[in-house]
Amino acid sequence: MLSDKDRIFTNLYGLHDWHLPGARARGDWDGTKELILKGRDWIVNEMKNSGLRGRGGAGFPTGVKWSFMPKQADRPTYLVVNADESEPGTCKDRDIIRHDPQKLVEGCLLASVGMGVHHCYIYIRGEFVNEAKHLQTAIEEAYAAGLIGKNACGSGYDFDLYLHRGAGAYICGEETALLESLEGKKGQPRLKPPFPAAVGLYGCPTTVNNVETIAVSPTILRRGASWFAGIGRPKNEGTKVFCLSGHVEKPCNVEEAMGIPLKELIERHAGGVRGGWDNLLGIIPGGSSVPVIPKSVCDTVLMDFDALRDVKSGLGTAAVIVMDKSTDIVKAIARLSKFYKHESCGQCTPCREGTGWMWRVMERMTKGNASVEEIDMLLDVSYEIEGHTICALGDAAAWPIQGLIRHFRPEMERRIKEYREAAARRAA
Amino acid sequence: MPKLTINGIAVEVPVGTTVLQACQQAGVEVAHFCFHERLAIAGNCRMCLVEQEKAPKPIASCAMPVAEGMVIHTDSDKAKKARHGVMEFLLINHPLDCPICDQGGECDLQDQAMAYGFDRGRFLENKRAVKDKDFGPLVATSMTRCIHCTRCVRFLTDVAGVEELGATGRGESMEIGTYIERALTSELSANIIDLCPVGALTSKPYAFSARPWELRKTESVDVLDAVGSNIRIDSRGPQVLRVLPRLNEDVNEEWISDKTRFAVDGLTRRRLDRPYVRRDGKLVEAEWSEAFAFIAGRLKGVPGGRMAAIAGDLVDCEAMLALKELMAALGSANLDCRQDGAALDPGCRAGYLFNTTIAGIGQADACLLIGTNPRREAPILNARLRKRWLQGGFKPAAIGPAVDLTFPVAMLGTGPGALLALVEGKHEWWSTLQTAKNPMLILGQGALTRPDGTAILALARQLAERAGMVRDGWNGFNLLHRAAARVGGLDLGFVPGPGGRGTAGILGGCESGEIEIVYLLGADEIDARRLGQAFVIYQGHHGDAGAHRADVVLPGAAYTEKDATYVNTEGRVQLGRRAVFPPGDAREDWKILRALSDALGCKLPYDSLPQLRKRMLVANQVFAGLDEATPAPWGAFGTAGPIDAAPFVYPIADFYRTDPVSRASPTMAACAAAMGAETRQKTGTHG
Repeated sequence: MLSDKDRIFTNLYGLHDWHLPGARARGDWDGTKELILKGRDWIVNEMKNSGLRGRGGAGFPTGVKWSFMPKQADRPTYLVVNADESEPGTCKDRDIIRHDPQKLVEGCLLASVGMGVHHCYIYIRGEFVNEAKHLQTAIEEAYAAGLIGKNACGSGYDFDLYLHRGAGAYICGEETALLESLEGKKGQPRLKPPFPAAVGLYGCPTTVNNVETIAVSPTILRRGASWFAGIGRPKNEGTKVFCLSGHVEKPCNVEEAMGIPLKELIERHAGGVRGGWDNLLGIIPGGSSVPVIPKSVCDTVLMDFDALRDVKSGLGTAAVIVMDKSTDIVKAIARLSKFYKHESCGQCTPCREGTGWMWRVMERMTKGNASVEEIDMLLDVSYEIEGHTICALGDAAAWPIQGLIRHFRPEMERRIKEYREAAARRAA
Repeated sequence: MPKLTINGIAVEVPVGTTVLQACQQAGVEVAHFCFHERLAIAGNCRMCLVEQEKAPKPIASCAMPVAEGMVIHTDSDKAKKARHGVMEFLLINHPLDCPICDQGGECDLQDQAMAYGFDRGRFLENKRAVKDKDFGPLVATSMTRCIHCTRCVRFLTDVAGVEELGATGRGESMEIGTYIERALTSELSANIIDLCPVGALTSKPYAFSARPWELRKTESVDVLDAVGSNIRIDSRGPQVLRVLPRLNEDVNEEWISDKTRFAVDGLTRRRLDRPYVRRDGKLVEAEWSEAFAFIAGRLKGVPGGRMAAIAGDLVDCEAMLALKELMAALGSANLDCRQDGAALDPGCRAGYLFNTTIAGIGQADACLLIGTNPRREAPILNARLRKRWLQGGFKPAAIGPAVDLTFPVAMLGTGPGALLALVEGKHEWWSTLQTAKNPMLILGQGALTRPDGTAILALARQLAERAGMVRDGWNGFNLLHRAAARVGGLDLGFVPGPGGRGTAGILGGCESGEIEIVYLLGADEIDARRLGQAFVIYQGHHGDAGAHRADVVLPGAAYTEKDATYVNTEGRVQLGRRAVFPPGDAREDWKILRALSDALGCKLPYDSLPQLRKRMLVANQVFAGLDEATPAPWGAFGTAGPIDAAPFVYPIADFYRTDPVSRASPTMAACAAAMGAETRQKTGTHG
């Protein structure tokens, strides 16, 4: 278990003052000027050594990503922070912004120094009304204290930070759709390549990072890469905020070491599964996009990128959705399918047409109004979407269904059989 | 240059080539819908997915730039499966109403479903239905068929320059539309019909007229503006059913204007299909021999100096040469092909050509428009200007009333004063012109059809010379004509001979009685009231202004009904070809003149088109270079003189009705009514 001294988010539960004085009392903005003066290369190197992987879901090494930004640019360069947290089950960025916004503001400054960027945008989900107010207040407080703006922290580095509110589309959390939306266009993902590091916001080199990634970086730089790298397992280092929700006694956000066993995470921090561990049906371990894993896997799996990938799921945003045996698992996944059908941007064919198809079949599956062959067809359709789309939303729509069929096929077949028998009885 | 392997074939292609283009170079066909080589890459249909070795996912070949050592498979199981899946997705919500769809037989989706689809569906749910949109009188919509390739959106946004189409809604609720329902206002809007790979956007005037395999296809050129767009005329039996663009990189790429495309329904209306003679003040039907005898009787004893001829805007070169020679045989030097009275100088060819050439606009870096609104006068050329502007490093400016050209233009003034200031180097834009590497100017007919036209022409020449627009390998002096016949007429010398009268002199002579006989060869844009008491012979194909005033009407052939030569504004000699026969007793124009000459006792020395064309070569060597824009040597033209400060007036107020064909077209009338608010210029009684 992560000891209290190793926690980064010391006000995750909002027990203390979230304003600048409170944040400073907890150690934020301590020695920031010195960190800036250590220079760009030192920051990137330190981030690389820390082993931090992006906390937005894909888990790309942050230091490496930062190093992609051009050393000498004839154009402006931008850092964009993705605060469009909309993945069902995920609420970590929300609490960070609510209760510890200065960590994000300071992170924006240090990350920008690390990439030679002078302008940073935070794109925040439109529904986060109070969070946006907190963050705007935090930005204004930092400006007033001279921590950001011209000559940030007295370091001679000029840095401006802007908050932009989204309009409520899930797809705008995809980094290139976010850039389109930020430019004032319809939020639709761009083709890659070119990647944002080459052609991003307004056609200029841009890095897009998740809120948590940016918010942990000041502490990593202050306490040193080796401290962060010493937590967790190789290639899955550090701490992570887990969002525990669903059929647990005490749903919560908790910062824990990467690689903590899933069972331990739930029992220690969420008071265990409702009705005991044996009442567990399955868990979606990383937000709605990743495949569900059944209890047998949950018993032993560790919570990090590689361990979950090995069981054909993923860490995603580390939003753990716990489902006990009272759950109608087919209906639950059908609801996720409806979500993806609703949130597909409509740009590319497989996702636009396929998400609606899968949802409609899933709706029939919940009642059993289908044939057994349609389960295979559904799986086939999900593979026709996966990997064939412009962005990852197609994959995200396909994976929950693949997970369902992989682990709960007997349940689906049982329903079909019962439905047919009932229909036959009615006909008789 | 990167080397890559496609299906085992090694190819080497330039940097920046996409995988799809590389495949095409290797002779490997890749199916696609959204990709179009003249539009921005969207990569959204996903039909062109191919397998790249060592890549985790199939790649969209239309958008992926080639890299050294790539290994591409377009027919591997992975690629096939991806393609098959995309085709299935496209078809699940497509209505499959091919038997009642106008695109049937020329539908990309139909063709590719044959090649890559499957013979049965797995989709058991209800299909999506989408409400149809009203895009105006030209484009019919059936939005349920839309596959969301966004070609139409990209065309209108990028090429046509009007941001009127877009996608609203998300996911499967996404619809292509105009946001607020209204007609498309672009002069190029109907090109989206050709671009649409399915039957979502089809031609409204042509709806349910024919299937493509019933049509006879004739390659020809358009005459409704001076661009000479290359077209394909689709006809069935005696009727032209539609006009489609034909690829010509130097002229129209693969676009045509809405007028070029849709004015053809005017070819079956208000046609002159038999000769008429005026008896007792009324035009009555007559036989050819009767009409010729009537003319011969009237002409008897009239000296050549009291006769005149004016050629109109749509006339072919063969007819103009025949008429010129007939007038010469009759002893008249009173002839003119400039019925609008433009001060074009026939003495120097470079002085009346679009010397830069349309494709040459791509090399220009500054452009001055003088008294011209190319969006109305030559929409295809305007699209080229916009294309150049989109590439960046291009500074356009205009002298004339404010106008929306779909790209921003610096307005230097409304009248010739600004031109004079530029010539004298006193205008601030002079520095832009001076520093430009390849500056160009486009002089419009609005600047020349004024009393001071020849002085403005001289000023423009001076400006071209001062600004270094004319040098070896670059000629930035351009005249934008409105009429397809104008350059050909000037090349053939259809202008007043020694001591002869021009258009103004002829009309003045008619009023004073000095001109007794006027031969109007398709000339409808003159003021007929000024013809006075003159005996008017009208030869043409439509019962328009000229035929109304005529004493004898000789029915000619329209441009789709004759093999004929036209010279476009660049001086490019192009051949139009006959798609259908002229209606009724109407004949090809040169044949009418040849027959008339016989009746008048001064027989023209040719009995066939090849013989006549040989004479054209004698008249001017440029007719030898077919499909080429022969560069013309620079010289002196225009006459310096006093200029009037009055602002320029653009020659076209109503884009959709500029000539006898488009004025007879119900489709063009519907367009004019739909766009009326935008295109009709304000009169004194407005607000």
